[in-house]
Order: sequence, then C-alpha cells, then structure tokens
Amino acid sequence: MSAVVVQDLVVRYGDMTAVDGVSFDAAFGEVTAVLGPNGAGKTSTIETCEGFRRPSAGSVSVLGLDPFAQRTELHREIGVMLQEGGVYPSARVGETVVQYCDLYGRGANADELIDRVGLRSRITSTWRRLSGGEKQRLLLALALAARPRVAFLDEPTSGVDVNGRDDIRGIIRELAASGTALVLATHELDEAERLADRVVMFHKGRIVANGRLATLRGGRSSVKFRSSEELDTEALSRHVGLTVERIQFGAVGEYVIHFTSDDASMSGDLVARVSTWLGSMGLPLHDLSVGQQRLEDLFRDLTRDGHSDRGGT
Amino acid sequence: MSALRAQLRAEIALVRRNGEQLLVTLGIPLALLGFFSVVDVLPSDTPEAVDFLVPGILALAIMSTSMVSLGIATGFERSYLVLKRLSATPLGPRRLVAAKTISVAIVEIIQMMLLVGLGLALGWSPLNPNWILTVVAVILGTTAFAGIGLTLAGTLRGEINLAATNALYLLLLLLGGILFPQDRLPGAMQAVSDMLPTTALAEVLRDTLMSSGDIGSAWWVLVVWAVAAPLAATRFFRWN
Repeated sequence: MSAVVVQDLVVRYGDMTAVDGVSFDAAFGEVTAVLGPNGAGKTSTIETCEGFRRPSAGSVSVLGLDPFAQRTELHREIGVMLQEGGVYPSARVGETVVQYCDLYGRGANADELIDRVGLRSRITSTWRRLSGGEKQRLLLALALAARPRVAFLDEPTSGVDVNGRDDIRGIIRELAASGTALVLATHELDEAERLADRVVMFHKGRIVANGRLATLRGGRSSVKFRSSEELDTEALSRHVGLTVERIQFGAVGEYVIHFTSDDASMSGDLVARVSTWLGSMGLPLHDLSVGQQRLEDLFRDLTRDGHSDRGGT
Repeated sequence: MSALRAQLRAEIALVRRNGEQLLVTLGIPLALLGFFSVVDVLPSDTPEAVDFLVPGILALAIMSTSMVSLGIATGFERSYLVLKRLSATPLGPRRLVAAKTISVAIVEIIQMMLLVGLGLALGWSPLNPNWILTVVAVILGTTAFAGIGLTLAGTLRGEINLAATNALYLLLLLLGGILFPQDRLPGAMQAVSDMLPTTALAEVLRDTLMSSGDIGSAWWVLVVWAVAAPLAATRFFRWN
C-alpha cells in the first residue's frame, strides 16, 4: 500500500486553479520530492494531503484515510512541517518540544528529539531569538514529535546554513531508512537531487515529471563548455547533429548540449567533435565537462513551451 | 487527557510570560479600584465609592481576561500560524477551546481573589450577596466576552485585532457603567450603554453582590450576549 495516493487532484481558489488534475503517490521508506518554483501548486497539494483544505475535485488518501474528512485520525499518525511559522514568538524551545511530544499519546521522547535536531544549547531560548536555521530545526522536531508514519516537510532546509542542511538531510534519510514515508516540498532542485528517491515535478499547477530520479534522467547527459559569445550555435548544432543551447553570462557564453544515450563512447565522440569544430573556427574552449543531466536542466527542458509530460516508475 | 494537559501547560506559560496581558488583566483593574476608591472624584450611587466600584471592576476584569487577553493572544496565534500547526495534531478544536477556557478561568479566579481582597481592605462590604448568582453572572460574562474576543481574533489580522480589541476595551470601559453610574451619561449614550455587555454584567454583579435592585433587563441583555457572541465566533472564526 502506498502511504500517500493523490488522484486527479484539483485545488481552486475562487476562479484561480492552483492545482490542475495531478496524480502521484508516495511510498513508505522513501523520500518523495514535490518540486517546482514558487506558485507551482506544491504547497496547495501538500496542504490538501495534510487535511488543511478540501480538494475541489479528485481524491487524496493518506494512510488509507481521507485527510479532510478523517483528519482527527490522520493527525495522530502524520508529522507536519509548515513552510513557515507555527510557534508563538515567546514560546521556549524546550517547552514547545515537550508540548508537542505530549500532544501525541505515544509521542517521541522530548529530550532525545532536542538532541537529535541539535537544539540542546538553545533549550531555554524563545522562538523569536532563534536564527532561521534553528527555527527550521525546531519545526522539524515538532514534525517528528508524532513518531510519524508519514511526514510532510515543506521547504525543510530553507534558510539553513550548510552544516545545518547536512544535519537535516541526515535526519530525513534516517527517517526514510526506518520506514517513514517522507513527502518533501521544495523549490530547490539541488535539495531534491541530494535527498529524493522519487520526484514529482510541478509546473503551473500540473505535473510535468513523475517518477524515480534515475528513471527521469533516463540516461540523459549533457556536455557543457564556455566559449566566445560569438559562437554560431546553429552551425555547431549542424556539425554535432544535436541542438546547442546558449546560456549567456555577461560577456562569456556557457553552452549546453543535451543528449540521451546509454553508450559511454557517445560523450567522447561529442566532446571530440565540439573541440575540433571550435578549433577550426578559432574559438576558445573553457570549462568543458560531461555529466548526467541535473534536475535543473531536466526542469528547464520540461517546462519549455511544447514539452510533453514525462513519467517513470 | 495528556493532550489537554500539554496544551493547558502551554497556555498558562504564555499567559505568565506575556507581561502586557498581565498588565491588562491584573494591573489596570487593581489600579483603578485602588485609585478611585481612595481618591473620591467619580460620581457613584453608594455612600462609599468602593461599594460601587468593586462589582464594576470585577466586570472590567472579566472583560480584560476573556475578551482582551484571550482575543489578542488568539489573534496573534492565528497570525503566527500557531493555530494552523496545532490543527495538524491530535489536539482538536474542543480540547484547544477547553485548554483556553481553563486558562481563562484560572486567571479570573486569581483576579477575583485579588480584587475582592483589595476591595475588602479598602472597606467594601457586600450587602446580602448571592454567591451562586454571582458565579452564574461571571460565567455568562466570560462566555459573552470570550465570544466577542474570538470573533475579532478569528476574522482580523493580528495587529488590526490588537488595535480593535483595545479600542473596544476602552469604549466598553467608558460607556459600560464600570467606573461611574451609566445613568450619568447623556441620553443617546445611555441608550447604547443599556445594550452593552459590560453595563449588563456590572449591573447584575451590583445586584448579586450589593442587592442594588431594579436592574431592568440587565440579565436578559447578558444572556443574549452570552449566546450571540459565541455563535458569531463559531460562525466567523477562521483558523488560519
């Protein structure tokens, strides 16, 4: 049984459709990243799964329960981390964690939880005195107070420094390893790339990609390099037989060639053709790299006009 | 029970920590009672000012706790998404309301003890008091003011709610027959004052504690507010 099943979900606010017929599921023991830019419909979808709002159409099931109609039962079993806020400014860290642990009859041990999120030294601090990263740690602790079977984390590393991000990622991986289903909403593609087993990519209220990260990449790779801004991309495209994308950075141009192949020799051929052509044209070649396609590239690719939805298993 | 206990602990901790709320709930009523009992500058219907003031100040204290303190704190809880976050726990609205009610009751008991103690120390002498009806009046007043406070808190933004609640507090203090008899107000204001929950509660408490007699429709006005205001809160309150 999937922990979360979203089927043809539509969320409307008046005349505005925030989520337009999306379907995906999230499994126990996995991190499912719900990705997309701000306003793509991620938070509306997550909040519907959390029982905060009723679907305008379609259905959502979390642990086999209807989140809106059966939210009392559901809220005993799930952990929720809001995108922001949720704690009174004068509330102290220690008291708040104890309060949330006690709200669940079988809740986590508050002391252990405080240590786990690294807030031992801030136990008597009030919310208003915490840094952005410490606030995120506290919100994560409150989500874990339930000993959740499913946890919905909205932008969990937003505003957190590098070390803090590593800590939070570690906790998320531990939770997944212990069998918890994690649904992570983020606009940071890099974050999802580091954490997610599955990716659900939103764009303008719709899903443009849904599946395992490796499957979505589908053997897609890219060759990147920098050269003169005067490079004729059409001529190079004709020479290598693939489209060359130009990304301009001031006076210098970065160029990306996407290709799909399981054949490792293809990238070698491509690099050779590019460098030969640039040499013949008397153009410089800098920072040449070959790699698997990153989520950022995939997202850019999928959200261009005329893209087709992409699914995987 | 553990969820209710946990929430009640949090509510009490916040009340204790929010100094400005303690000023409104304890400081202002005690200061007004002390000052105007000693400095006899306000008109009253009784030979001793303190005999008139104690029931009125008790009404003010109930309004301070159940409307101002509860309403402002709840409004900010809503703005800071505290209520939204709590709604995703097993606490549920009933236990949240129960925790807030118990917290208000605890503060009111402390207020009553301090105000009655100060009143007695200043020479207040209750006249044939009916304590049962006094408790009924306190419960009705608390319900009415909590309903008003939560209606504002559940519909307005935190800062606007703060301003609106404080403005209403001042208005009800001045027009509500708390510091001086409301029949000293000009005619039109008196008609408005007759309909206010503060006037009704103060009149009722003067009757139950001082046997003032002839309180007209004050009980009915109080009952109507105690029913209508919570209904409005139920109807209009938005959790986030």
